[in-house]
Parts: sequence; structure tokens; C-alpha cells
Amino acid sequence: MWNGTPTPKNDDQTHFNFQVHFLGPKMPSTTPQNDENIDYTDIENKYQVQYDTGFDNILVVDGVPVIDESKRERLLAKVTKEFSKKGVVIKVEDIFMPWDDTSGKSKGYMFVEFRNADDANLALATLHNHPFDAKHTFRLNHFTDVERFAELDETYNEPKLEEYTPREHLRAWLADPQGRDQYVTYRGDEVLINWHGKPSQSEVAHKPDWKDFLYVAWSPLGTYIATLHRQGVRLWGGPSWKPQQRFAHPLVKLIDFSPCERYLVTWSNEPIVVPEGAVQGPQYFSPDDEGNNLAVWDIKSGDLLRTFSTYNEGETPSSKKQMQWPALKWSPDDKFVARITPGQMISVYELPSMYLHGKKSLKIEGVVDFEWCPLGDKDREETGSSGKPAKKARENMLVYWTPEVANQPARCKLYWQSQGDFLCVKVDRHTKTKKSIFCNLEIFRMREKDYPVEVVELKGERFAIVSSNDPNLGNPGPGVTIKTDVSFYQLDRAKNDFRLLRTLPSRTSNAIRWSPRGRHVVLATVGSSTKSELEFWDLDFNSDDRKEGQTEWGSGIQLLGTADHYGVTDVEWDPSGRYLATSASAWTHTEKQKTIRKNLREYSRAFDEEDAAEESNVSAELTALRKRLVDEWNAGQEEVKEEIEVWIDEVIEQIEEVIVE
Amino acid sequence: MRPILLQGHERSLTQIKFNSDGDLLFTCSKDNVINVWYSHNGERLGTYEGHNGAVWTVDVDPETKYLVTGSADNTLKVWAVATGKCLYTWEFPTAVKRVAFNGSGTQIVCITEQRMGYQCAIRVFDINQEDGTKQSKVPRHMFNPIGSKATVAAFTLQHNTIITGHESGKVALFNVKTGEEIDNNERAHSDVVTDLQMSKDWTYCVTSSKDKAARIHDTKNLMVIKTYNTETPLNSASLAPNRPYVLLGGGQEAMSVTTTSLRQGKFETRFWHKVFEEEVGRVKGHFGPINTIAVHPSGMSYASGGEDGFVRVHHFDESYFKAKPYGDLEIID
Repeated sequence: MWNGTPTPKNDDQTHFNFQVHFLGPKMPSTTPQNDENIDYTDIENKYQVQYDTGFDNILVVDGVPVIDESKRERLLAKVTKEFSKKGVVIKVEDIFMPWDDTSGKSKGYMFVEFRNADDANLALATLHNHPFDAKHTFRLNHFTDVERFAELDETYNEPKLEEYTPREHLRAWLADPQGRDQYVTYRGDEVLINWHGKPSQSEVAHKPDWKDFLYVAWSPLGTYIATLHRQGVRLWGGPSWKPQQRFAHPLVKLIDFSPCERYLVTWSNEPIVVPEGAVQGPQYFSPDDEGNNLAVWDIKSGDLLRTFSTYNEGETPSSKKQMQWPALKWSPDDKFVARITPGQMISVYELPSMYLHGKKSLKIEGVVDFEWCPLGDKDREETGSSGKPAKKARENMLVYWTPEVANQPARCKLYWQSQGDFLCVKVDRHTKTKKSIFCNLEIFRMREKDYPVEVVELKGERFAIVSSNDPNLGNPGPGVTIKTDVSFYQLDRAKNDFRLLRTLPSRTSNAIRWSPRGRHVVLATVGSSTKSELEFWDLDFNSDDRKEGQTEWGSGIQLLGTADHYGVTDVEWDPSGRYLATSASAWTHTEKQKTIRKNLREYSRAFDEEDAAEESNVSAELTALRKRLVDEWNAGQEEVKEEIEVWIDEVIEQIEEVIVE
Repeated sequence: MRPILLQGHERSLTQIKFNSDGDLLFTCSKDNVINVWYSHNGERLGTYEGHNGAVWTVDVDPETKYLVTGSADNTLKVWAVATGKCLYTWEFPTAVKRVAFNGSGTQIVCITEQRMGYQCAIRVFDINQEDGTKQSKVPRHMFNPIGSKATVAAFTLQHNTIITGHESGKVALFNVKTGEEIDNNERAHSDVVTDLQMSKDWTYCVTSSKDKAARIHDTKNLMVIKTYNTETPLNSASLAPNRPYVLLGGGQEAMSVTTTSLRQGKFETRFWHKVFEEEVGRVKGHFGPINTIAVHPSGMSYASGGEDGFVRVHHFDESYFKAKPYGDLEIID
């Protein structure tokens, strides 16, 4: 503070332009002429002491038992104890209990003063809704809030009804008249969504102006495109690719959709940090999520369901270890999601609650990896059709593997057949010398009881593989028969390994049916229009007079006979192995196919015309230019030709004249 | 269709020509021989031996009776196509770079090189069609074009008028009688004109040049009708009858071929749309620059001769004739 001394009134030659602001108590001034006119408010504002309003550390505790004087001491002691138990230490003196003097009883609430506002907040968080005893539950409020609540405007304002705007159909591309799919390209800064049409065409379906993102990704069913931004993930969809949803996960690096597109998993290498004063809500991270880096979101609502940490206990986030992605594996119907803690357990969570299924993880010692069983088409029909409760819905099933011996270098790869009928396990093992690796394939039939292992089911010793290197494999057409090789394998007990018995090269067989006892096998060519052979093979032909280990390897294979069933599509053994049933069935619309094939020319003409039309409507401008060029050229040529004709006529006339002369 | 590879020359090709029926293909090269082939199967019918230097140029009369060839041994020879016998030889002070028959086969025009103090000369000879061995020794007309030397020449529809291409890129019309330059287009090309071929009706012609462009000119007033700009020096250009295409061939200069890869060399035959001036396709196959291209008179096949010493005869596929890549547009040939 500077108390200004009055400006000396000097002689008129010296002009002091000396402005003084008086602070603090008004001093008797020698220059009182404009004292009242000085505006002090800015200074007052600046130096105003921010008083603690003093009530932030006071809570109103409701729901306290109503007592009389005799119990007062006991109640206060009990309450202080209760508070202290929850980690908020208070003293009896801090409590003020209003007293109803007329009845001589307490009013059922009390004011508690804490050391500071933080303590009060903590108490509010921990003790609100705290059951004090059987009849009483604490309700805590800030003292300051009580006033606010009391002053709440209670007139009811009817919320404005938002006009309903129909959303765009998210699978609009399915309605494309030409049945085209879409693909997205990301080149430089430019994202383009194109129609996947005929070769050499790339009609742009949409050119979004998305900015500053890491990459784009389709959702599994193609409903959305996700872009990864610094702030989080955005989903876009519909024919005009409008924003559909966003998920605030800062610095997100990886995303994973659930198979039915109901949920989204996001991952970032940075642990979640919730800054002070961040927006809170179901769509945002709460302080509880700090330190985690994996989040599960509901796509439709945009709500955050749960967060996880991908760091295992004991590991520091800095330790560089190959992370498994996807970190969460979804069951095929989106009902469950599971994550693995290697070597310890698999945790299965129910959706949408994200609680642990069965309230506990599956503890499996040494578990390394697992896979969900996919849903077959049949299962989908059963579970999805017409809302009826499925007769016997397939339960979600997962398979995991643990090493037989810890530290054994064997590696497994679990591979489900797409329909969930078979599980193939590929096992890589070191040979005994540990120099090379060999690989086993084990196939489990998942639809049958006790999941028989294919190799064991065939009396434990044999299996056959149909393989093909035909270039036509994978693009079947009418009249195309794919050449295949059939190989029989048998377990060699001496080596404890499957050995090739025999390979039958260049067959057409594409089906193998083992007899129930596993001795005979039928190789069939099914589903082909030209070939329909059935071959019966005996793999133990000379086993009757065979002595263990004496016969030559693979000599017991003998072709017993062949048969033919035109157009055969199904082959099945009877359970006794005495009979074989074959049947030929065809789609009922085969007739139509035939007529189409017969009149292919006419059918294809329509498409050819369409193609031609498309080719020619490249761009109206270009066509017009070309038309103009052609017209110009033609006109020029015609002119020249006419000229020549005239000229020739002249020449002829001249010659004629000469001759006449 | 697979091309027919004609392997009858030991050095690079200089010019190839179909006869008017299109059944024969005459090829000449720097190895002193002229070959004649059946164009449909590539079988060699015979050779014309007698030149002692690189044969620069060849042409055949409309009746396929006489063949004229010009060579670096400073001679111009007339051959009987059927027998392979040399009927007459003119000798000049310098090499013969270009010969061409007129439309009726009664005259030939020949260009001799400018060298050793001799100027580039253009001569026109009458051809005695009755007896090939009895030709007049002196030319009917002779003149020295003023300015840049001529590299290519051909008769036009007008009597006594020839169209020439020059080293400077000039295209000009000359009256052979007077040696007077009737008309010229100094800036037809910016580099040496390498080839000049007439259209079916002789009303326009296509020229190719080292300036990487090919142009169609009106033979009457030398107006440039169309321009085809490529990215490689061109050695030859030919018009495909019945289809609106121009075939262009060229490639890296022969001397820099060894330093460029096959792909960079651009040794493909380019098909350009005659009217739209757009490239429509390429046919590759040569290992060196393409020196000369000729299209069958009926448009059913074409042949290209390269610096690599091979002639490739391509018969067009069915789809070539059916394809309408630009829609239904009637284009007058």
C-alpha cells in the first residue's frame, strides 16, 4: 500500500502530471475536488479477497434416527464411528444436531462439519445411501446444495417434442440395382468409397471429407465405416455416410467390432487419463477407468460399457511384450466376450451388462489360447427364425488349449470350420532332436457326442485327405470336374506318427465316407454332372493273414469294386457297415437353370445391352466430343471425295474431248 | 492371334511393304537382301540378291510385277517380282534413301542422299511396263530441293506432284516437272520426318517423326488434320484400312538401346484412334525399336520390322473387328 503524499502545489513553471490512486482507507485528501468521481471498482475487484464461503465442508446428513436427550451421546458416538470406519475422521464436536425443543426430540438430521471440502466430498461419495441400521439410511447432501434444491424452479416446462427425422438406411448398398458391393480406398489424404462394379470401373459412391485420422476400417457386416481420430473413434454409415456414432477414446490405436456389430472394442497404448473437470456421462470415461486402456462400447447408444487394462498384474506398462489382438474375443452371437490371462484363466463376460459370466473366471492352469466356436448357418436359422424359442439352440462354446508339459515348445493353432462342425487343431512339435518341426492335424467333430477326434474315430489309426491342385478349384462351373488326389494316412505305432499309406492320383473323388468300423472307405464323386463314380476300398485287405509288422507298408489297400449312381449327391453308410445308401437330389429350380442355360444367348443379351449402355454412357461430355470429332472427320472426308469425283469427271471429259478431236 | 515371326534378316529392318493384294510381304534390311514372304503364314517365297550395301527402301507396283529397291551401294534396282531377277540398275553418286511408285505403277520417285558434295536429289523415272529390262537411263524429271534435305516422298493424286518429308520436319508439295515447291508446312514436325504413308484413297497421308509425334495431313493443302503425341521417337506410322486406327512404331534411338531396359525402350506398336487422337492399345514383342510398320491392304493383319532384325506379322483377332470401344459411330475411312 502506498499512501500518496499530496501533490505539492509547485510554481506554475513545473508541471507534474502525477496521478495517484489511493488504495485502502480513504485518506483525507488535499485534492478533494474529484475524489468521488474516481472509479474504484476495477481495483476492488482485483484485490477482493476470495472468502471461503465456508459451507463447502458442511454436509447435511438426513435419515438419522429421531432420538431423545438420553440417547444423544450414544448416537453421536455411533455416527462418528460410522464415519471414521469409512475413512472420514470426524469428532463429536463437528456435529450439530438441530433439536426440537417442544417435543424434546431430535429432528432426524444433522450438520457435519469437515476439515475441508475434499473430506466432505469423500464422505458424500462413501456414505450417501449408507445403511446406518435396519431402519435408517443416511442421505447426504452439501449444505450449499440444500439451498439450491429449495430454490429449484418447480414449474413444469413441457419439453419440446423433437421432430422425428427418419434415419438413413444403414445397409442402403444392399438395394443397389446392380447388386454391387462397396470398397473404401485411403490414398494420401483422400478417402473414397467406390462401388465395386465391373472391371475398369470405379464409380465413386461417396467422397467424404474426413480429416486427421489414423485409418479407416469397415465393420464386419459393412454397416459402418470407422475412422480413428486423436480424440476417439467415429462411425459413419448410410447412403450419404453421415456420422452415426462416436466414442471418445483419446489416442485410440486399434478397434475391433463384435461379429454382429453391436459392440466395439477400442485400444490405445496410452492408459486412460481423465483430466480434472472432464465431461462425465455414460458415454465418457469416469475416474474409475483411469489407467486402463481397453474399452468396450455399445455401438447403438454410444455408451461405454467397461474398460480393461491389457497389462497383466505385475507387468509394468513399459515392458514391451507382444500384445494379442483382438484382446477380447467375441462369441458369434455377441452374447459373450472373453479375454484370456495367459497361463491363468479365461474371463467370460455377459453382454450388455459386462459382468463376469457366472461371477467368476474360468481358472485353467497354463491356458495359452482359445477360440469361440462359430455359429453354423443351421444354428443361425434355429436361433434367429421368427422369434420362436429355438428348439435346441446351440450353446456358445469355446475351446482352449494348454501345453501338455510346461515349457514344451509345442505350438497349437486352433481352427474352426466355418459352420462350427469341425475343429482342426494344428500342433507343431519339435522332433526329438529338436532340429526340425513337424506338424499334426487333428480334427474334432463337434456336432457329435464327446467330440470324437477324427483320427481316433476311424479305429484310431487312419484318415484320408482329398487334396487338389486343380486350377479350377474354387470356381466351379458347369461341366468342370476337379481333379483330386486322395491320400490315406495311418498311424505307425512304431514311430508314433501318421504315415502316408498310399496316394491315389488324379481322381475325381471329392467325398470320403468311412465305414462305421473304419476298415472300408468309399470314395465318391458327388455333385458333379459328368462323373458319379463310387469306389469301394478296403484298407485291411490282407489283414486276416497278416502278422504284425511283417507286411509291407500300404500293401493292404485294395480296390474292391466300383459303382455308379448318376448325379449322386449324398452317400451314407448304414450303422452296421453292411450297406451303403446313395441318393441323388437336386434343387427344384434346376429346371429353370436348364432353360436359362439353353437360352443363354437370350438371357445374356439383356446383360450385354446393359453393359454396352454402361460403356457408352462413360460421360455425356466425352461422347459429345467424340461425336463432334467423328462428324467433322466424316464431313472432311466426304468433301474431299466429292472433290475427287468432280475432278475425275473433268479428267474424263477432257480425255473424251481429246479422243473426239 | 500369335504373331508370325519372320526370321530372314541378319540386320535391322529398314522398310516393309505389302503388295496391293496383300498376299505378299516385301522386307528389306541393312544385310543387303530383300525378302518376300507369304503374309498369311510367314513362309518365305524368295529373296532378291544383288545389292552390295544396306537396302534402305523398297516398293512394289500395283500389279505386283516389278519391285524397286534403293540401297546404300548408290544403286536403284528394278526386279521382277515373280522370278527374283534384277531387270535394271541405275547408279547414282550417293545412296538411295527412298523409292515409291505412283498409283498406276508408271513412274517412280527416288530420293538420293546428300553426301560427299552432292546435294540431295529427287528424280522421277518412267517405268517401261512392257519390258522391265529396257528402262530409260535418264530420269524424266530431276531437281534438288532447296533447304533441308528430303527423307521421304510419295506421289499424290495431282499429276506431277509429290509430297515430301524433310530432315527439318518440313512437309512440302513439289511439282516434279519444274522442281518448284508448290506448298509447304515448315512446322509440320520439329524433327526429322521418318515415314510417310498414304491413305487408301490417297487423299491424306500420315507422317511420323523423331519429335515423338505422328500427324495426318491433307495431301492437297498440307493442312494438319490430326496429331498423335506419344512419348517416344517414332520411326513409322501406318493407317489401318476399314478401322479407325493409326499404328505407330518407334522406340529409343538405336544407339541408346543398350542402356535402356526393354520396358523403358517403349518398343511397342501403338494403336491410336485416328479421329479421337487417343491411344487405344499396344502390341509388344520387339526387342529393339520398331523401324517400319505396314498394314495389310484389307486391314486383316499388320507387320512390323524392328531394329532387332525380326519381322512380326500379326493377324487381328475377331474381336478387333467387332469391338466398338467408342460406341456406334460410323467413321468414313
